[in-house]
Amino acid sequence: MAETLLDIRGLKTWFKTDDGMVRAVDGVSLYIDRGETLGVVGESGCGKTVTARSVLKLIDMPPGRFEAGQILWRGRDVIPLSPEEMDKIRAREIAIIFQEPMTSLNPVYTVGDQIAEVLRQHDELSRKQALSGAVDMLRLVNIPNPQKRVHDYPHQFSGGMRQRVMIAMALSCKPQLLIADEPTTALDVTIQAQILELMQEMKDKLGMSIMLITHAMGVVAETCQRVVVMYAGKVVEEAPVEALFGNPRHPYTQGLIRSIPRVDRAAARRERLEAIPGTVPSLLHPPVGCRFAARCKYAMDICVREMPPLKEVGPGHRVACVL
Amino acid sequence: MAGLTPVSLTADPHTAAAVTDAPRKQARFSPTREAWRRFRKHRLAMVSSVVLGIILVAVLLGPLVWRVPINEIDFAAKLEGPSWAHPLGTDDLGQDVLARLLYGGRISLAVGFAAMLVACIMGVLVGAVAGMSRGSVDAALMWLADLFLSLPALPLLLLIIYMFRESLKGVFGPEGGVFIMVVAVIGGLRWMQVARLVRAQILSIREKEFIEAARALGASPVRQVVRHILPNALGPVIVAGTIDVAAAIIAESTLSFLGLGFPPDIPTWGRVLFDAKDTIDIAPHWAIFAGAAIFLTVLTINFIGDGLRDALDPRRVL
Repeated sequence: MAETLLDIRGLKTWFKTDDGMVRAVDGVSLYIDRGETLGVVGESGCGKTVTARSVLKLIDMPPGRFEAGQILWRGRDVIPLSPEEMDKIRAREIAIIFQEPMTSLNPVYTVGDQIAEVLRQHDELSRKQALSGAVDMLRLVNIPNPQKRVHDYPHQFSGGMRQRVMIAMALSCKPQLLIADEPTTALDVTIQAQILELMQEMKDKLGMSIMLITHAMGVVAETCQRVVVMYAGKVVEEAPVEALFGNPRHPYTQGLIRSIPRVDRAAARRERLEAIPGTVPSLLHPPVGCRFAARCKYAMDICVREMPPLKEVGPGHRVACVL
Repeated sequence: MAGLTPVSLTADPHTAAAVTDAPRKQARFSPTREAWRRFRKHRLAMVSSVVLGIILVAVLLGPLVWRVPINEIDFAAKLEGPSWAHPLGTDDLGQDVLARLLYGGRISLAVGFAAMLVACIMGVLVGAVAGMSRGSVDAALMWLADLFLSLPALPLLLLIIYMFRESLKGVFGPEGGVFIMVVAVIGGLRWMQVARLVRAQILSIREKEFIEAARALGASPVRQVVRHILPNALGPVIVAGTIDVAAAIIAESTLSFLGLGFPPDIPTWGRVLFDAKDTIDIAPHWAIFAGAAIFLTVLTINFIGDGLRDALDPRRVL
């Protein structure tokens, strides 16, 4: 049994707005073991990003608030930690990369300076040592000519290259967990493949875990060992990746898998892409019962009345559905 | 997916190196260098830089070269027009106007730059604190800025100078005391614009992804401001600071013209203008040269500010 690095238990991150509480994350539990890649999937607005940011306490408070739950990082709850203690965990133990590589780098410094800065704020290093550390990191993420490229500014890099720089920055302090918040969404497909490949390679080299947040099921199938499917602030299904694609149990998961575009099918039969009808319900006044009920074609009376709990349907496979 | 990777350009370091090597030699675009390239295209600003440079050199080194004393009284040669002995003529006591303007320029310019520094430092501090703290602290500081903006500057200047001139003279001597007072008063009444600028910049920059990224990688709030936000907010502050130099020079001239600035024996440009006004009908050169010195300096500084604004504005294509 592998060591559990991150264990989120019943996390509720709510936001106070003028109209009331938005329950962005409403009782999410998930865990990540050392060395594994966990995929977190779901549509826009279902709480994936808020969950990820909660782990690093990057939520603005107010309006955000931890309503309930624990975030156990190697057995220690991070929610009560002070900002100074959080700064020590950030980058050194847990690092995060964002969706927008085009704007996530500071335009007024060279990339070398930025990587060196991360190194210097966590370790006692001279300027020279930090810069050579930055060169090493750029080499690690396969940027050609790292000795020269460290002196370049972000605008001299392409989107894929900038995401590599972001990964280099995030990994420069050798974190044990990398949270990748839709790292490939802003990139084109071939670059996406390279970045995913790179993350896989880094994971093997540095022995870290990855929490990969995405809405692309294809990406999940390619890279993850386990998958958590989120819907409207809740976990609806959790399974090893083979089980999820081989035997999806929740109607939402089934819908997500069916909505993956397939080049072969579309060309052969001029089939229309299957979409899940409707949109994510308002998290201001979430429905009492199953949150997916309004969009579910199998919905029954009981679905509207009460939220089904997660139940075990196979080894490591849990689903929140009465079916 | 894995099969796609080797297709990429970047996978092969040799070809990539060959492609990127050539252009890199000629251009390494740092923001400073880029701003300089854009600034050079602003012709008026370039001409102004040269003119201001000449004025600065003349004021700094001029008194060492033009060794005529500023207070050598010669009634035989009073109110003379320009001549070889006195290139800019003489005043009502027969003193050399060129020597007096060169010497007084030092003080006028020093007041301008020092007051600008005071205004910028205060403005950046107040603006940064307001922008980062938000909430009630922000509201209070901006309220204070509004309050200062609504004060009529000139009467306030006069009042402060009347109240504190004597006590400051006692502590720092007649010249030092007045210098400190004038700089503090002018700078202290001009920080509001800079504070508002910096606050607005911080409010927009602090929401950018790269600040979030810095925060996610463990940068403390102070570090976020000093290392990441302020350097990005510097452009407008530099422009505002440039304009402030000109405004401070004008303010100092006004004070001197009203006889409230430096003691009468120190010929700042405003003071010279004040002394010249009574004889403007018989000896116009005296007032014209003093006025021209102020006019040229302020005008060139404003043009340079214009050029800097264009050069530092990323939305403008140059």
